[in-house]
Amino acid sequence: MKSFFALSMFLAVMVLSGCSNLTVLDPKGPVAEQQANLILFSIGFMLFIVLVVFVLFTLILVKYRERKSGPEYEPPHIEGNVFLEIVWTVIPVIILIVLAVPTVQTIFALEEAPEATSHKDPIVIHATSVDWKWVFSYPEENIETVNYIHIPEDHPILFKLASADSMGSFWIPSLGGQEYTMSGMMNELYLQADEVGEYRGRNANFTGEGFTEQVFTVTAESQEDYEEWVEEAQDAPELTQEKYNELMLKGHTEEQTFSETHLQWVDHGMDAEYATKVRNGESTDEDDSSEMDHSEMNHDDSEKDSEEHSH
Amino acid sequence: MKLDEFFVTGDPLIYGADVSIALTLIGAIFALTYFKKWKWLWTEWLTTVDHKKLGIMYIIAAVLMLFRGGVDAMLMRAQLTVPDAGFLDANHYNEIFTTHGTIMIIFMAMPFLIGLINVVVPLQIGARDVAYPFLNAVSFWTFFMGAMLFNISFVIGGSPSAGWTSYVPLAGLELSPSVGQNYYLLGLQIAGIGTLLTGINFLVTILKMRVPSMKLMHMPMFTWSSLITMVIIIFAFPVLTVALALMTFDRLFGSHFFTMMDGGMPMLWANLFWIWGHPEVYIVILPAFGMFSEIISTFARKTLFGYKAMVYSMVVIAGLSFLVWVHHFFTMGAGGAVNSFFSITTMLIAVPTGVKIFNWLFTLYKGRIRFTTPMLWSLAFIPNFVIGGVTGVMLAMAAADYQYHNTYFLVAHFHYVLISGTVYACFAGLHFWYPKMFNHRLNERLGKWTFWIFVAGFNLCFFPMYFLGLAGMPRRVYTYGVADGWMSLNVLATMGGVLMGIGFLILVYNIYYSFRYSPRETTGDPWDARTLEWSTPAPVPHYNFAHLPEAKGHDAFWIMKQERKQGKTQEKKPYKPIHMPSYSGVPVVMSVFFFIAGFGMVFSWHWMSILGLIGVLATMVIRSFDYDKGFYVSVEEIEEDQKRTTL
Amino acid sequence: MESVEYSPNTPLEYQSETGRLNILGFWIFLGAEIALFSTLFATYLVLVGRTAGGPGPEELFELSGVLIETFLLLTSSFTCGLAIHYMRNHSLKGLFLWLGITLALGLGFLGFEIYEFVHYIHEGAALTTSAYWSAFFVLVGTHGAHVTMGIAWIILILIQLKQRGLTPDTTRKVFISSLYWHFLDVVWIFIFTAVYLYGMVM
Repeated sequence: MKSFFALSMFLAVMVLSGCSNLTVLDPKGPVAEQQANLILFSIGFMLFIVLVVFVLFTLILVKYRERKSGPEYEPPHIEGNVFLEIVWTVIPVIILIVLAVPTVQTIFALEEAPEATSHKDPIVIHATSVDWKWVFSYPEENIETVNYIHIPEDHPILFKLASADSMGSFWIPSLGGQEYTMSGMMNELYLQADEVGEYRGRNANFTGEGFTEQVFTVTAESQEDYEEWVEEAQDAPELTQEKYNELMLKGHTEEQTFSETHLQWVDHGMDAEYATKVRNGESTDEDDSSEMDHSEMNHDDSEKDSEEHSH
Repeated sequence: MKLDEFFVTGDPLIYGADVSIALTLIGAIFALTYFKKWKWLWTEWLTTVDHKKLGIMYIIAAVLMLFRGGVDAMLMRAQLTVPDAGFLDANHYNEIFTTHGTIMIIFMAMPFLIGLINVVVPLQIGARDVAYPFLNAVSFWTFFMGAMLFNISFVIGGSPSAGWTSYVPLAGLELSPSVGQNYYLLGLQIAGIGTLLTGINFLVTILKMRVPSMKLMHMPMFTWSSLITMVIIIFAFPVLTVALALMTFDRLFGSHFFTMMDGGMPMLWANLFWIWGHPEVYIVILPAFGMFSEIISTFARKTLFGYKAMVYSMVVIAGLSFLVWVHHFFTMGAGGAVNSFFSITTMLIAVPTGVKIFNWLFTLYKGRIRFTTPMLWSLAFIPNFVIGGVTGVMLAMAAADYQYHNTYFLVAHFHYVLISGTVYACFAGLHFWYPKMFNHRLNERLGKWTFWIFVAGFNLCFFPMYFLGLAGMPRRVYTYGVADGWMSLNVLATMGGVLMGIGFLILVYNIYYSFRYSPRETTGDPWDARTLEWSTPAPVPHYNFAHLPEAKGHDAFWIMKQERKQGKTQEKKPYKPIHMPSYSGVPVVMSVFFFIAGFGMVFSWHWMSILGLIGVLATMVIRSFDYDKGFYVSVEEIEEDQKRTTL
Repeated sequence: MESVEYSPNTPLEYQSETGRLNILGFWIFLGAEIALFSTLFATYLVLVGRTAGGPGPEELFELSGVLIETFLLLTSSFTCGLAIHYMRNHSLKGLFLWLGITLALGLGFLGFEIYEFVHYIHEGAALTTSAYWSAFFVLVGTHGAHVTMGIAWIILILIQLKQRGLTPDTTRKVFISSLYWHFLDVVWIFIFTAVYLYGMVM
């Protein structure tokens, strides 16, 4: 009895401590909030379904077990019941419709900037995953950071997601759901922090040996503090192409800040080959592909080798 | 290639494995020689085309693979119990979860289910064997060689480490230069050939080789589920064949299907893989549903509720299964319209599945429920699978999935449906049909111990993972920090995992114990069951039925027993010689050549792959010129068999 | 096997249970092959245009060669039908003749196709050049490989016909290989349309 009690206490402690930091259900911004609400809404219905099944299950097993009915009881021959089939088809369909409507609404709502701040111009940050680090470019502010970002609170951020190599996934659970980063493709993700604080972001799609440590920090601060940080960053040393190409090599790195961005040399959302060329020691200049006969090529738009995706 | 690249070096666990493999091989060779069983092995097992024996071999292989996949799981759990554990480094962990997933789905679940289908379905429909017994043997041996090829990777050359989903660009040549990924591609390709052949074989068998009196709507539910599964296999597996071939070409021959350079499209792999991958999970769940239908009906002593609904629901599930694949990558940025469409189709699958759950409950209603081991597994499936299923609906809601995707919430969901669905069914089916396969039953007391410990462990292991996902823990991380706050739930999960391991060990002990001590069956019907496989005597003669049985309706054997009780006896018809197919050594030899070809391709030793392929073609030519027509079982032999049985 | 009365019109290949089962099984296998080729077509269509700045189909495809290949293959399907017709009329000689012509036409098709592939490779469009050409060579090449295997298979059957004449077993094999041959012809029509016509018009 004692050991059973001790075991229960142990389990209870473990469960409670493990359930105290359910980040996804503790949203810090409007995107995560919409998602958390959808999740809680669905949990309600799922609990109902689970309850119905569990109760029926228990009642039936208790009532019709052989020890109760005795070995002489011969069950009746029942082939089915059309009414019941209709009931347990229609009710789930109704539940699904009730779930599907807000789901589709939310899916489309998340393709746009959050409503409450739709009057503000979103801050654009290009987020690029490179094995195994995150490179962030602020094109308007002309700064670049590695493995961390600062954002102002109550302001929509438009993340433009791409990868220099593997398919990663950009995820800041406190602020919202994730989206994949792919080479030669550009995905868009709107996020926003409504509270000042430091949030953790990471790669959520397995990319090999260094995947687990491919994390970054997000500091959400007041508008003034943010602008101060931007100014400081603009005074940081310039990003050179040499330094940038170092970042293309595999490995982890510490947080770094630069002025200028890599977008002047490459947009990984359009160019899938840059990182490979750097790693192979090849030239990354487009004009240097001397083996190719360009005379009959269609150079007017590089759209053929890339696609825009809006999330 | 250097010797220390060919053999995996530098890891004590691997050296231990090398030693065990060598010892096991030596032990097996010694035993076969000492007991003078080489001829027996060749004539009775390696050349068999008998569906019952092939089924047993599939199941033995599956149980061995369950052991290896389970060890992988234990290693993963050990590493994740505490933060910053140094037990496994990232590379090793990545190899282990890759092999865990691949083995459990392709080399454990598939052969276990196909094995049970092989043993049971021809007997259930009153047939003497399948439509293509030779092809059936090819199916088994290609599976076996594909499995061997995949399994050898961890000691020779290195395991794949890009996950069982093998996404590019990670799995491409540039980012995964070692041969491990080639093992994945070739092992699955060879095994996939066998599965496709099984699909065709059993589709034709079920459609064309039933006893004439058994109409489609009289078939046992396990046979129905198998039929529908075969249709899915036929349309889904060629997609995998192409996907694997395209990645193989990229890695071995420099093509650009999925590369980052020269126009390749990594997204294409994800689409092709999951167009196969989603139907695949329905391939492993529908036979499970069929088994549960048989077992629940048998041990509630009541006919299955809603037979037609049960059939139609499986047809709808099978059809919808081809229309949901994008839900595996809602976060790839396909846009609102696409994500909404696949969200809705995915949620819809819950409806026919729910219909089945209620039909099982109402089969139990007003029944007389016997809690035997197979029944316990089938009953536990109901609450556990419902938990897995409702979390599936939650995941289907795409906007919410952006938070659940690739987290432990997803891991919890699919383990809930796969383990409480497929694995419980495999255990239930193993216990239920054990006496039909081996002429004795597994011990009930040990069976119940396995059941309670495993089910408790399973829930303790995987239920906390829903919360780990909501707490932000992604899947496939090899460790985490103290600050993440994930340790307590991981400790619970590990405790659960340990219990599952103990349950498995008890099952293994049960197999040994029952072999030694269980009384041998005297009738072919130990459970007082309802379908035709139970009408065969113990042991089942190799030709299955002396007379083809008559199926007067659903639960055909039950009807036969009722009629016997009412005194209606059947006139004794004279026996006729029975035509049976000859055994053949070609399937196993052909598959060895497949192994050689595959091994050569893994290492890009093309002289070896060409030799292997020539060998395969040569065996096919030999088969083409083989006009052997089988043999006849004489009336005397049938009469002898009948004398030995009591029915 | 039960003894069944067959109507005089039942073709020999359908007069055994093995024959009926194998023919049905092969139709189902063709269903799987449809799934296989559909996947290859889908892959091809997704990768159209991804030539990475290199040569494209509009520069390299030539109508004349493709038309010849099409003529050869389609005619071989017709001659294959004739072969079955002679087989049904119990004419081993007719079967040999028209099956032989079918093989010759098939070999002609392969010859032109190999020449076409070599030509593209010389012009700098190989399997390894870009995603588009990888898709082209694997789709069209898989079809060509199937044709090659079909030719080898039919040769093996011709040998068996010489050894055993027309029996339920040999006619079954001929019939099944003819199904395979016609199937490859149908696939070619899709290739002609979706790859060559589309590629030249694009």
